[in-house]
Amino acid sequence: MLKSKDLLGLRNTTREDIHEILNTADLMKVVINSNNKKTPHLQGKSIITLFYENSTRTRMSFELACKYMSGTASSVSASTSSVSKGETLIDTARTLDVMGTDVLIMRHPMTGAPHLMAKNVRAAVINAGDGINEHPTQALLDMYTMKERFGAVKGLRAAIIGDARHSRVARSSIYGLTKMGASVILAGPPTLLPPELDKLGVEITDRVDDAVKGADVVMGLRIQLERQKKGLFPTVREYHKYFGLTEERVALAKPHALVMHPGPVNRGVEISTAVMNLPDAKIDEQVTNGVAVRMALLFMMTRQKPETGGF
Amino acid sequence: MSGKFLIKGGVVVTPDGMKGRDLMIKDSKISRVGENLTANGFKTIDATDMIVSPGLVDIHCHLREPGYEEKEDIASGTAAAAKGGFTSVCCMANTNPVNDNAVVTEFIKKKAALAGPVRVHPIAAITKKLAGEELTEAGELAEVGAVALSDDGKCVRNAMRMRLALSYAKRFGLKVISHPEDTDLTDSGLMNEGYWSTALGLPGITRAAEETMIARDCILAETENTAIHIAHVSTRGGAEIIRQAKRRKIAVTCETAPHYIYATDEWVKDYDTNTKVNPPLRTEDDRLAIIEALADGTIDCIATDHAPHHIDDKNVEYTLAASGISGFETAFSICWTVLVKGGILSPEELFRKMTSAPAEILGLDAGITEEGNVADIAIIAPDAEWTVDPSKFVSRGHNSPFGGRTLSGMVKCTIAGGEIVYGGEWACG
Repeated sequence: MLKSKDLLGLRNTTREDIHEILNTADLMKVVINSNNKKTPHLQGKSIITLFYENSTRTRMSFELACKYMSGTASSVSASTSSVSKGETLIDTARTLDVMGTDVLIMRHPMTGAPHLMAKNVRAAVINAGDGINEHPTQALLDMYTMKERFGAVKGLRAAIIGDARHSRVARSSIYGLTKMGASVILAGPPTLLPPELDKLGVEITDRVDDAVKGADVVMGLRIQLERQKKGLFPTVREYHKYFGLTEERVALAKPHALVMHPGPVNRGVEISTAVMNLPDAKIDEQVTNGVAVRMALLFMMTRQKPETGGF
Repeated sequence: MSGKFLIKGGVVVTPDGMKGRDLMIKDSKISRVGENLTANGFKTIDATDMIVSPGLVDIHCHLREPGYEEKEDIASGTAAAAKGGFTSVCCMANTNPVNDNAVVTEFIKKKAALAGPVRVHPIAAITKKLAGEELTEAGELAEVGAVALSDDGKCVRNAMRMRLALSYAKRFGLKVISHPEDTDLTDSGLMNEGYWSTALGLPGITRAAEETMIARDCILAETENTAIHIAHVSTRGGAEIIRQAKRRKIAVTCETAPHYIYATDEWVKDYDTNTKVNPPLRTEDDRLAIIEALADGTIDCIATDHAPHHIDDKNVEYTLAASGISGFETAFSICWTVLVKGGILSPEELFRKMTSAPAEILGLDAGITEEGNVADIAIIAPDAEWTVDPSKFVSRGHNSPFGGRTLSGMVKCTIAGGEIVYGGEWACG
């Protein structure tokens, strides 16, 4: 059982909780790989995904995780709901809450939106990405992928390359990896590195080669192409040349270093197709692990707590 | 409640310091200040252990009327001001319609006169609709009682426009108040840029957004050989630029607001939208620098930037939430707690920065307790401690990040124009 009702980010999640989620995911991965993907863990439970932004893998991953465990999964898209009629976040959240929902999973373009929702609903809330803040389940599945490969996260050297300023994956990974005892170095153009990032307990550099050198894990971050229009880097071509993950650069990492990317990928920008095709690139495995980790999380968050009632 | 009052046994803040004196009020004026006064037919207010200050003067607030009466109106705003010890307040022009013409200025004055004796001095816009383009009719605005010009909330982005405004307004005796913010640098920022914006994943606002505009506007004032007032200084660098400008004899004055000496960007950490304000809460280093700048005289005065909002404007995503803090009812106590109890300013110095100094900056006839002056008085219990409960605010805006904080120094009674406008029960009960 998690220590808190909600999973809003890894900033305020304990090491113990992360540990338990990753361990539970092991069992769930067995289910996914089995011939009969059905368990009773979520029987009688209802989850809703409420997405104010587009998503393929995160949303589907949560919904399948729920269905594989016999729960009821429903989804709301902002574009086809009352949100487009001007309903406030709190009103939408309360409406969904009182339909007997156990877990509300939200993605929102604004930082802190899930925190606001969590204060206003009875259901447990999972942050599936808020603004440029956090995307905790992505970081959990990434850590699970590392643990699966290396046996533990502790002691690993992870290089995270790209737009750390606007990346919620980077922020959650920083909080998660440092809590679990990995050392983290971030690299990207100086315009895409947030101020005082080092105070979060990580190293930063604007030389990608330096970051990748000797790393166990090399993680590329998605670069939003609109950033170029705002002047954060001059051209996509130059971005790839100096800050993209190329075969040459990845070769600087430890032999058989794990190559990761949260997706969706801009091929040839933050990561080349050749790197994606390396045997050590586990981008597809990350997606599978995403289902396992989310199954673990949903299971842990919906276990009957003795002191609470609920539907 | 008006009439004849004898305030007995308090310590009166006079231009020559704080002295144990009695104070008589008659015909809405201060009729006498002296020792052991007695008088027949006067209602006696026992001010033992109290400070009797000039009514506080606020040269930067938002009363929201006309146009945003759900947030505040002139009646509720002046009632909140009175509760905070203020007897003269200057309201900014970002109403709807904008106070960019004589009709709106006159409307505000008329509504204020109906609301009661707390004096409301409208500050009119520098440019029409606060759009930063066409200048407002400064001459006529001055004639109907606007006390200054400001596009507060918006920066006059075009430097030539700002230069012309400074030059033209001087002719009519109106001071221009700068809202120093380069919005290109603000970009989509929501809080101070630094460790906490990085940790919380909120887009940051660099201090350079404020500091570059402070520098620009000081230089423009120098160029035009005119005075300028800089609103809500919140950064170490901003204070330092003003310190240098004063050394160069540029006629610059400035204010800060109570929240910049009390709260920091760390307060944003639970995404409480009551911490959203413009300029944003800064770092501890900035907070200390602002306090230093108050102590060394770089910052001339304290203004509330009282910015009330409706719950619906705040109970939303941090990105969408309106900026501002409902500040009248906590302003004095925050300053007293941080600056006086904190050993930074003497009581006299603080009262000066909340009464005569701001009055002087905008040329208001207020802020001095002397025989013959209008009877504007705040009676303050200096050692009383109280806990802020924004739900009890008289202001319609309950948006305050200070809920639950314990402050010292409490306004017990406020008299404006010889009438008790707050604390009648305490004074006469």
